[in-house]
Amino acid sequence: MSLLTLDHMKTDIGQYAVLHDVSLTVPEGGVFVLLGRNGAGKTTTLRSIMGLWNASPGSVKFRGQDITQLHTAEIAKLGIAYVPENMGIFGTLTVDENLVLAADKGRIDPVRLKRIHELFPALERFRDKKAWSLSGGQKQMLSVARAIMEPRELILIDEPTKGLAPAIVDSMGEAFREIGQDSTILLVEQNFNFARKLGRDMAVIDDGRVVHQGSMEAFAADTGLQDRLLGLAM
Amino acid sequence: MDRISEILGRMGGVNLLPVALAAVAFILIGAPSSWATLTVAGLAMGMMVFLMASGLSLVFGLMDVLNFGHSAFVSFGAFIAATVLAGLSTWLAADSVALNSAALVMAFLAAILFGLVAGWFFETVIIRPVYKDHLRQILITMGAMIVAEQTILAFWGGTPFTVLRPHFLEGSWIIGDVSIEIYRGFAFLLGLAVFVGLYLVMNRTRIGLLVRAGVENREMVEALGFRVDRLFIAVFMLGSGLAALGGAMWAGYETLITPALGSELMIIVFIVVIIGGLGSIEGTLLGAILVGLMSNYLGFLAPKMALASNMILMVAILLWRPNGLKPAV
Repeated sequence: MSLLTLDHMKTDIGQYAVLHDVSLTVPEGGVFVLLGRNGAGKTTTLRSIMGLWNASPGSVKFRGQDITQLHTAEIAKLGIAYVPENMGIFGTLTVDENLVLAADKGRIDPVRLKRIHELFPALERFRDKKAWSLSGGQKQMLSVARAIMEPRELILIDEPTKGLAPAIVDSMGEAFREIGQDSTILLVEQNFNFARKLGRDMAVIDDGRVVHQGSMEAFAADTGLQDRLLGLAM
Repeated sequence: MDRISEILGRMGGVNLLPVALAAVAFILIGAPSSWATLTVAGLAMGMMVFLMASGLSLVFGLMDVLNFGHSAFVSFGAFIAATVLAGLSTWLAADSVALNSAALVMAFLAAILFGLVAGWFFETVIIRPVYKDHLRQILITMGAMIVAEQTILAFWGGTPFTVLRPHFLEGSWIIGDVSIEIYRGFAFLLGLAVFVGLYLVMNRTRIGLLVRAGVENREMVEALGFRVDRLFIAVFMLGSGLAALGGAMWAGYETLITPALGSELMIIVFIVVIIGGLGSIEGTLLGAILVGLMSNYLGFLAPKMALASNMILMVAILLWRPNGLKPAV
């Protein structure tokens, strides 16, 4: 069953058309990977789903409900979380304060917090530290932790491995695998080796258009297709 | 140099600036009683300016709105409070602290209420259509300021309006050689109470957490499920209410007010917001106290320099810290 459907989505930023025609079906469960080179429109796709940029014409449907014109806050309340490329943490707040903001009515569920601390032990160690003082990897952990502070059906994650050390990338992969058991993850990623280990389904976007969609297994096995699309697109 | 900065940081960092300024002024002024009187006057002025500037700083920091019309709330607050006080002149003249206080509270409440309602109207009708467009914000809020000034002129006339003070706030406390005007002491205490209240709201409540997060990254707050536009209205109303209260306090301080009161004060208010750091309540307080002390000390030591003192202060601080003393982000 499809969880999210993008239908001929077009997004303009100012006078520039960034997405020309994005049609995509994200099935429920697991990790869906969106691949593409810099400037292809991956981040714009995620931001348009979140309502941060207005997708028009075209539509975004979540569980069959048209959310194209909804306010970002209303989209978030439907159970969609967003981890932006710049991580979007609140540097002047502490780690715990960042998490409190993501908790329903400001009340942190201790069971969920325990799970988050198991996934990302650094966040327990530095819970009273200001978020700006964390390392890049810890900031990324905090950003992901905030997205799973409450049960979410869909988590949009934008290039989480960018600039991270290999050890952190591995632990992030483990965390995504575990999170993907409860939620669907729509992951934008340029690191194909990281993405192929996680993704069940995938799509490639180029010049504001989806140029391929299929299973990651088939894509990873088809070196010719990889050469053609990744050579063109990555 | 780093070591010195570290030691200063541990001792209080930029919070020490007013103390340092007071210490330098003590040496230059020479007479302790004059210094004490000027210091209290500077602190009182700083606290009144803080009332007016704190809301503007939040509006600037959170909403990225350049509101030159903020002065309208100051002016209206002053005139509305003065009118209520004039209407309750028999209460003010009575030898009863209860009646005096009741008149004062009613005047303040009327000013604040006006600020809240006018703030809601201003945000909804004037500001909302020009979000993210600084040039249009400047033009439209300057226009609103002119309209507000002319409205005051139409209602209250052009001749200076005399403001009555409650009987219990008249006179001075004499401590040794030092004379402290009671009204200034009251202004200081009221400003301090508002600061403590705002500080607690900003640092101990979920709303405060949201405002601080919103100052830093509005989009992310929305992506977490919060309607920042509704938060904006609340912050704008709060800022307008505080500006009106500041205007009401200033009216009692000056005792003679004109419709241009708000726009005259706006320069100081903007300087305070800029040197304090956008969106920061603590920074605004620090900036306001520095401006208040500097104005009073230089007004005594070098009266010809007094007008330029705040500009010099702003230039010096911005050269040292381009984002202000305590920016929220």
